[in-house]
Amino acid sequence: MRANGDAVLEVRDLVKHYPLTQGILFKRQIGAVQAVDGISFDLRPGETLGIVGESGCGKSTVARMLVNLERPTSGQIRYKGQDITKLSKRALKAVRRNIQMVFQDPYTSLNPRMTVGDIVGEPYEIHPDAAPRGSRRQKVRDLLDVVGLNPEHINRYPHQFSGGQRQRIGIARGLALRPEIIVCDEPVSALDVSVQAQVVNLLERLQKEFGLSYVFIAHDLSVVRHISDRVAVMYLGRLAEVGTDEQIYDHPTHPYTQALLSAVPVLDPGARARRERILLTGDVPSPAHPPSGCRFRTRCWKAQEKCARVVPPLEIPEWFEEGSGGATHPSACHYAEEREVVPGEGGANGARDDGQTPRS
Amino acid sequence: MPQQHHEHRPDPHRPDPHRPDPHRPDPHRPVLLDVRDLQVEFRTRDGVAKAVNGVSYSVDAGETLAVLGESGSGKSVTAQAVMGIVDSPPGFVTGGQVFFRGQDLLTMAPETRRRLRGAKLAMIFQDALSALNPVLSVGTQLSEMFMVHEDMTRKDSRAKAVELMERVRIPAAKDRVNDYPHQFSGGMRQRIMIAMALALEPDLIIADEPTTALDVTVQAQVMDLLAELRREYDMGLILITHDLGVVADVADKIAVMYAGRIVETAPVRELYAAPAHPYTRGLLDSIPRLDRKGEQLYAIKGLPPNLTAIPPGCPFNPRCPRAQDICRTDRPPLFPVAPGRTSACHFWKETLDEGQR
Amino acid sequence: MPDHGPLPPPDPDRVTPPEPEEIITPAGGGAMSLATSEAETLEPVSGKARSLWSDAWHDLRRNPVFVVSALIILFLVLIALWPGLIAGGNPLTCDLAKAQDGPAPGHPFGFDAQGCDVYTRTVHGARASITVGICATAGATLLGSVLGGLAGYYGGWWDALLSRLADVFFGIPIILGGLVFLSVVPSGSLWPVVGFIVLLGWPQIARIARGSVVTVKQNDYVQAARALGAGDRRLLLRHIAPNAVAPVIVVATIALGTYIALEATLSFLGVGLKPPTVSWGIDISSASVQIRNAPHMLLWPAGALSITVLAFIMLGDAVRDALDPKLR
Repeated sequence: MRANGDAVLEVRDLVKHYPLTQGILFKRQIGAVQAVDGISFDLRPGETLGIVGESGCGKSTVARMLVNLERPTSGQIRYKGQDITKLSKRALKAVRRNIQMVFQDPYTSLNPRMTVGDIVGEPYEIHPDAAPRGSRRQKVRDLLDVVGLNPEHINRYPHQFSGGQRQRIGIARGLALRPEIIVCDEPVSALDVSVQAQVVNLLERLQKEFGLSYVFIAHDLSVVRHISDRVAVMYLGRLAEVGTDEQIYDHPTHPYTQALLSAVPVLDPGARARRERILLTGDVPSPAHPPSGCRFRTRCWKAQEKCARVVPPLEIPEWFEEGSGGATHPSACHYAEEREVVPGEGGANGARDDGQTPRS
Repeated sequence: MPQQHHEHRPDPHRPDPHRPDPHRPDPHRPVLLDVRDLQVEFRTRDGVAKAVNGVSYSVDAGETLAVLGESGSGKSVTAQAVMGIVDSPPGFVTGGQVFFRGQDLLTMAPETRRRLRGAKLAMIFQDALSALNPVLSVGTQLSEMFMVHEDMTRKDSRAKAVELMERVRIPAAKDRVNDYPHQFSGGMRQRIMIAMALALEPDLIIADEPTTALDVTVQAQVMDLLAELRREYDMGLILITHDLGVVADVADKIAVMYAGRIVETAPVRELYAAPAHPYTRGLLDSIPRLDRKGEQLYAIKGLPPNLTAIPPGCPFNPRCPRAQDICRTDRPPLFPVAPGRTSACHFWKETLDEGQR
Repeated sequence: MPDHGPLPPPDPDRVTPPEPEEIITPAGGGAMSLATSEAETLEPVSGKARSLWSDAWHDLRRNPVFVVSALIILFLVLIALWPGLIAGGNPLTCDLAKAQDGPAPGHPFGFDAQGCDVYTRTVHGARASITVGICATAGATLLGSVLGGLAGYYGGWWDALLSRLADVFFGIPIILGGLVFLSVVPSGSLWPVVGFIVLLGWPQIARIARGSVVTVKQNDYVQAARALGAGDRRLLLRHIAPNAVAPVIVVATIALGTYIALEATLSFLGVGLKPPTVSWGIDISSASVQIRNAPHMLLWPAGALSITVLAFIMLGDAVRDALDPKLR
C-alpha cells in the first residue's frame, strides 16, 4: 500500500507475537503465538474501514494495539505522521484523546459500581482540560441525549439498562473527548437483531455529525458491508484482501474472501438457489504454528507448491491491470482471480449495482 | 423477484428435493411432539416474569421447526420446559401440555420422564465447551452413554464412540477419541455435542443456538451436518435461533416468538417472501444485506418489553408502526393466514399485502 | 459513506416510524422530547437506582440468618464497649470463700475457682475477644488486600515473590507458631496476640484479594478506562477495588470468628492473654481442670465463645450469599 499523505492513521508492518513460556519463576520462551503478523493499512478522515475475519484471526488484537492497550512487537502505528507506539506516557495520553474505543460486550465494558453520569463523565476527569469542571455535568447530559438516551437517567446504574442502551452509554463515553478516530470492536455482535440496526444507525449518524473515522471490526460480513467504505479481510494474523466494499463483496479475488462470503447464509430462497457455496474443510490452524508461505493454503482448494514456499504479498496482482474485470484491488494470493459469490437478492443479475454511487 | 401469493401452494422449485413433505398426513400415530398452550413464569424479586405465555407448536418425525426470537422472547425457556430442565425455582411451568408421541410429559412420573430424556429427547447447547466435562476424554463421555443406558461393555462402547465421531465427520476419529474437549476446535466440539445427542438415536433433538458461537465458515458445516443427520435418522429437529439466515437452508417451518408468544408461523420460504406480522417484517428489514450497500437500516424502534410488565393488547404494539387503538386493548389471537400459516396481528392482511418483497 | 450531507429522504415504500436515530441536533428541544419518550416507554426495569450494595442490603434484611447474627454481634459489641451496662461488678473482685460455688442470688452463673463471679467475668471477657477479633481482622485485611491486590494488579516478579512468601506463612502450623512466637515476645497485653494473628492471617486474605483483582482487571471497563488514559491509581481505586472487594469482605467476616477462637486457644495454652486480663480463653483454661466438680465454670465462657464465633461465621455466610453474583 502506498503512503498516503492525508491518512489520519497509517499502520505499517504491525506485528504482535505473544511469547509462549514454560516455567514458573524462571521463564523460558518456547515459541510465540503470532496473533498479528505484519499488517499495513491506512485510515482516511471520515471513512470507515471494516476489518473482518473469523475468531482468532487477530482482528481484536489489532484493535487493542490501535488504542494502545497492547504494545506491538514491531511495526508502526502513525497518527498524523507520529508513531504512537513509541510515545512517552504524557504524549500518549494526549494522543489517546483522539483515538477511542467502543467495546463488544456492553455488559462488561461499563463499571457496575459507577453511575451512568460517572461513566460518561470519567474522560473529563482523566483529561481535566477537555472540559471545565462546572460544565461537565451538562456535557454528559448532552452526550446522553446525542446517543438517544434520556439525560434524566444520569444517576442510574448500568444494570438498569438493556444491552442496546448500555452500548449507547459506551458510545457516549467514547465520544466524550471528541476523538477523531473510534475503534469499534464488534460493537453490535452481542446485541439482538432489532437493536443491532439501531446501534449501527447511531454510529453512522454520529460519524456524519462529528466527522469521525471508524475502524470497524466484526465477524458479521453483512454489517461490515453496510457500514464500511473500505474492507480488509484478515486471516490468521495477516490481511488477505483489501478494497472498497464493492470490490470485496462484488469482486472478491482471494479464495478465503470467497469462501467467507459464500458461507454467509442468504435469506432470499431465490438467491440461495443460485448461489454457489464454497465449503471449507478443516479448521483454522493454530497461530502458534502457522503454515509456511500463504497461511490459508492448508484449507485452500487452489493451493500449489508455490503457496507453501512463498508468502504472497498484499498487492494488486499484475494480471488484474489489463483485465476489464472489476477487480483492481490488492489481494494476497498467488492465484488471485475474481469470482462472484454473492448472488444479488431480488433479481437474477444486473440488480446488484442499482442505486449505488461509486465509491473511491 | 416473482410475486408470490400468500395462499399456500406447492412450490415447483423447492431447493431440496429430498426433503420430506412437512405436512404429510399420518392418521395412525400421534404427532411426535405437540406443545399446547404452554405457560412458564419466573418468580423473581422484581415480580413474576411471564417468560412463556401460551405457546403451541408441533414437530413430526423428519421435520425441522425453527423457533426464531430475540433474547427474552421465551424461545429457549419453551425448549427447557419441553425437556423438563427449567430451573425451578424460580421457574415454574404453570399451564399447558407437552405431548410426546401422545403422552403428556408434564403429568408423567418424573422417573419415566427422566428416562425419556437423553434416550428419546436430546438437546444440543450453544456453548459446547461448558456442556462437556473438561476432565474426561470425549471418548469416555461418549462411551459412558452406552455403558449406562445400554449396558454395553467398555470395549464395545468405545468402538461405538469412535463410530459416532466418524458419523459427525470428525477427522481421524480413532486417534482423537482419547482427546479432551479443550483440544478440539469450536466446530469440532459442537460436533461432539451433536454426537452425544445422537448416541441413543433419539426421536427428537432440540438444538439451542447450535451455531451461534461458531465462525461463519464452520456454521455452515455444522448446519449441514445437522440437516443431514436429521434426514438419516428421520428425527424431529427443533432449531432455536435468533438468526433467520442460519436456519433458512434447513428448516421446514418457522415459529417467530416475541414476549413469550408465537407471533407468526409459516413455511420458511413464505415467511421470507411475505411476512404476515410487522415484527417479522421489521426483523427481516433490519438485517443489513450482503449484496447491496443500502442507505440507512430499518430499525424496529424501542426494546423488547420487560416480561414482568408485558403491555396489554398486542405485546408488540409500543414498537409497531401499524399499531391502532385495537392493538392496545385486544390481544390478537393467531389468525389463520393460509394453510400452514398463522399470524398474531390484527392487521395481518395489510402487512401481508404490503410485504410482497 | 460517500458524503456527509443530510440524510436522504426516507423511502416512500417503507413504513418508517419516527425513530430516535433521526435526531440530529444534540440537546435540541424537539429532539430531546423524542429521545425522552423513547427511553421512557422502554424503560426495562424498575425506576429505583439500585447498586450491588443496595441489592445486597435488600437481601440481607430479609435473611433471618443475617438478622439473628447481626443482633448477637450488636449486643456483643455493646457489652464489649460498656460491660457495666449489664454487669456492674468488678471481674477482679473475688472472694476465695465462694470458690466453685453454684449460682446464688445476684450471681446467676456461680463462682469460679478463685471465687470470682462467672457472670461478670463472662460479660467482661467479651471485650478482649471482640477487640482481638476486630483488630486482627482489620490488620490482616488491610495488609492482605493491599499486598494481594498489588500482586494481582502488577503481576510479574512481584506477584511471584508475594505468592511464595504467602506460601511460607501458610506452611507455619498455627499452634506451634503461636507457642514459639508468643513465648519469645514479652506478652500479656492484647497486641502481641493481634500481631501474631495478623502475621498468619494476611496470606489468606491476600490470596483472595489477588484472585479477585486478577479477575476484575480483565473486565472491559478496566480496559476502557485504560484506553482513556487513566493512571494506575485511578484504575485501582475507582475501577478495580470497588469491584474486587466483595470476596475479601466475605472472607474477612468469616475469619473474624475464627480469629476470636484462635485468641481463646492461645490464651488457653497460656501464651495468649494473661491474667489479670479477663478473657474467655483464660477462664476456659482455668475451668477445664475442674470440669468434673464445677462444670458451670466452663459452660458459660465456652458458651459465650461458641455463640460469638458462630455469629460471625453466620454473618459471613449471609454476606456471601448476598454478594455472590452467581446466586442472583
